[in-house]
Amino acid sequence: MQNQLKTEKKIILVGNPNVGKSVVFNSMTGSYTTVSNYPGTSVEVSRGQCQIAGESYQVLDTPGMYSMLPITEEERVARRILLEESPHVVLHVIDARNLERMLPMTLQLIEAGLPVILLINIMDEAERIGMQIDIQLLQEKLQIPVVGGAIGRAKRGLWELRDAIRDFTGNRATFVYATDLEKDIQEISNLMQGDYILDKRSLTLMLLQRDEEIAQRVKDREGEHYESVENAVNDTIFARRVDLHLRISLERKRICKGLLDGVITQQENEQFSFADRFSNWTMNPWTGIPLLLIVLYLGLYQFVGGFGAGTIVDFLEGSIFEEYLNPWVIGLCNQYIPWYWLNELLVGEYGLFTLGVRYAVAIILPIVGTFFIAFAVIEDSGYFPRLAMLVDRVFKKIGLNGRAVIPMVLGFGCDTMATVVTRTLESTRERIIATLLLALAIPCSAQMGVILGLLSGVPGALMVWTVSMIGVFLLVGFLSAQVVPGERPMFYMEIPPMRLPQLQNVMIKTLTRMQWYFMEIFPLFMIASVLLWAGKLTGALQWLVEAFNPVMRVLGLPNEASAAFIFGFFRRDFGAAGLYDLQTQGLLDPVQLTVAAVTLTLFVPCVAQFLVMQKERGWRTSLVIFFLVTGMAFTVGWSLNKFLLMTGILA
Amino acid sequence: MNVSAKAEEILESLWIATEEQGEDAASFERLRIVPDDEGLAELVGLAFIEVNGEWVKLRKEGRDEARMTVRRHRLAERLMMDILDIKGITGDERACEFEHLLHHGVDTKICTLLNHPTTCPHGKPIPPGDCCDQARQEGEVGVVALTELKPGEKGEIAYLAATDVSKMQKLMSMGVLPGCDILLTRTYPSYIFKVGHSEFAVDGELAREIFVRKV
Repeated sequence: MQNQLKTEKKIILVGNPNVGKSVVFNSMTGSYTTVSNYPGTSVEVSRGQCQIAGESYQVLDTPGMYSMLPITEEERVARRILLEESPHVVLHVIDARNLERMLPMTLQLIEAGLPVILLINIMDEAERIGMQIDIQLLQEKLQIPVVGGAIGRAKRGLWELRDAIRDFTGNRATFVYATDLEKDIQEISNLMQGDYILDKRSLTLMLLQRDEEIAQRVKDREGEHYESVENAVNDTIFARRVDLHLRISLERKRICKGLLDGVITQQENEQFSFADRFSNWTMNPWTGIPLLLIVLYLGLYQFVGGFGAGTIVDFLEGSIFEEYLNPWVIGLCNQYIPWYWLNELLVGEYGLFTLGVRYAVAIILPIVGTFFIAFAVIEDSGYFPRLAMLVDRVFKKIGLNGRAVIPMVLGFGCDTMATVVTRTLESTRERIIATLLLALAIPCSAQMGVILGLLSGVPGALMVWTVSMIGVFLLVGFLSAQVVPGERPMFYMEIPPMRLPQLQNVMIKTLTRMQWYFMEIFPLFMIASVLLWAGKLTGALQWLVEAFNPVMRVLGLPNEASAAFIFGFFRRDFGAAGLYDLQTQGLLDPVQLTVAAVTLTLFVPCVAQFLVMQKERGWRTSLVIFFLVTGMAFTVGWSLNKFLLMTGILA
Repeated sequence: MNVSAKAEEILESLWIATEEQGEDAASFERLRIVPDDEGLAELVGLAFIEVNGEWVKLRKEGRDEARMTVRRHRLAERLMMDILDIKGITGDERACEFEHLLHHGVDTKICTLLNHPTTCPHGKPIPPGDCCDQARQEGEVGVVALTELKPGEKGEIAYLAATDVSKMQKLMSMGVLPGCDILLTRTYPSYIFKVGHSEFAVDGELAREIFVRKV
């Protein structure tokens, strides 16, 4: 299998974010894809298979990139794939409406000597705003295959694309820059003697724009010869005395203008569509904030909380497990397994099946699954960039920028996954602050489902809990923005047009995320069950719970709550579920319930999140966050208890 | 008309003393010159000034040149402060050297680049040049930061002020380039603008670095 993969021809998809690249990928490969980290990096790359005219191709979907000069980690990975994978076809996907803006990157790919096919996607939207594109003419001018399509709309253009790949001969086109720039390129590229995958022209341009990674690669390849290359580069940069980034960008823009002359005809019938109007509503604070609340209410509260955590969990947990599976498995074990310890391990109080499997499958999966559906719908509609711009000012106060809203919202689904996603933030400072806030004040969906259920019975408790969470989130964010060193973040983001999410794409995204979640989290459930089981048998658990009793008394909670906190570390929702048991037994009054819920939500993240924190941020930072969060949780719990008792709220 | 650097210094001080401080004439002491100063002789030869004992008087013929000399000096100061970011005494000294280079329309270009400023960094007035008058007549505001535009206003990107190279690179690779038409659609809570058919959101800090020629 591994060998077969190696000999397959590779098709690499590249392009800006928001050009429908993943839709193209999914339509080409069907739903069977694997998502994995690109070797040696933390960025995910999807791979799939595709058959064209009897031949099998491997298709790679790269992270969005704006140019061959990377700024973010994702762009670096996308470029590295181009540098290392030796593709049969590089499929550059661009948005028809923004042809002029995105074509310079096509030039960069061509100039790098890559085998480029250009797919002009989203033609339907372009036509709607009165743009006509002469694909044939563009193909003649560019001298590479150009396909027009709207893959998201009934897969228009998909067959033409497959034909183009089948007939692809790997013709390379050339184009020239202004004379002085050409002269510089010639001079430097002639000095390079090594063999490279990318064309030397393109390497020269990247050297002139001071790209460190490329400089390193050229240095490795040229050896002692590199010094003359480096000198020539420095001489040229000095001799030109202009910003070469700008110069080269403008030069490419000029060439594109020439290429597109006669290709695009624009009729001025740009109408203000409903999508545009809706888009404006989302960005105006007066209408945007109510809309956000509606999205949160429908998406999180109703769909995830009501449907996922309510209807589906009741069905799976209450009916399937409690009535059918559990009695059957327990009966089976009792019949065939005489040893007490093994029986306990499998179907006891903390048994692998009765606790681990039941929790993972019947409670967590539906909640997380529905959350991921809601998240994918919101993501594909293009709402997140609008939300990001809306919250940017507030987020600046807590040391983040609007972009961080995406990991934060994802945190409401799974904090562990969200901690991984903080990589997309640009500075270490933002990543640390975001990790801390996720660990402290963002409850994950599993936990939230239980907490909502827990507090909804007590009037006012939910309000106190919400206010406490928002307060702690803002306060800790504000303080850490003062303390954590580093540059102030800047905010810039492309606002893609609002789109109706495509069902297939939403489903594939959800499935991929659920698959990840299950692979990462399921083993931890099992480990947690084993640890709790061992703790129970050896008495260590009892000891730990008792050791925690004084802390509970300080918070004004009954001793029985200790267990919930200890379990909370293994799974955040175990803890919340523990409280649920206490409440049904009538051991908690409203104040105690609220204090316990707040403290538990703030309290240390689950084992999985801690492990990911350690992996992403290192021991030092993750331990500091761990102790900070623990301290904060109990301080806030203690103060809240005093405050509630003093003011008589909830009494 | 080009006079020597020395003569320009004299004209400049003379203009400040007579035009701005309302005196009839300025003394040698004030102009920091000696009677056989080369610049002084040059200006007398051009009939720009009159020398009466220890006192120097600006003639009508010399007024234009003096005015433009002061203008060049204060433009140079603004350039040092605003664009080159050289402040304090160093800035003043550099400006003194720099002003003598602002001939042959260079002053007009710099004045346009600085968007026809009216005062120098010390708050003194900059005498307007032809370019300023023309800009005023055409109701042109010249090149301003994106933050100066109102929602719905259009312009052409003039240049990007590069304080953070990687951010500028990002803007450039997204297609936000000099020469592109730009339409500002919203200024709060963030700046939203359109370039071509694409929409972007940036914060105030970044918006201040995109300079736009209003159309």
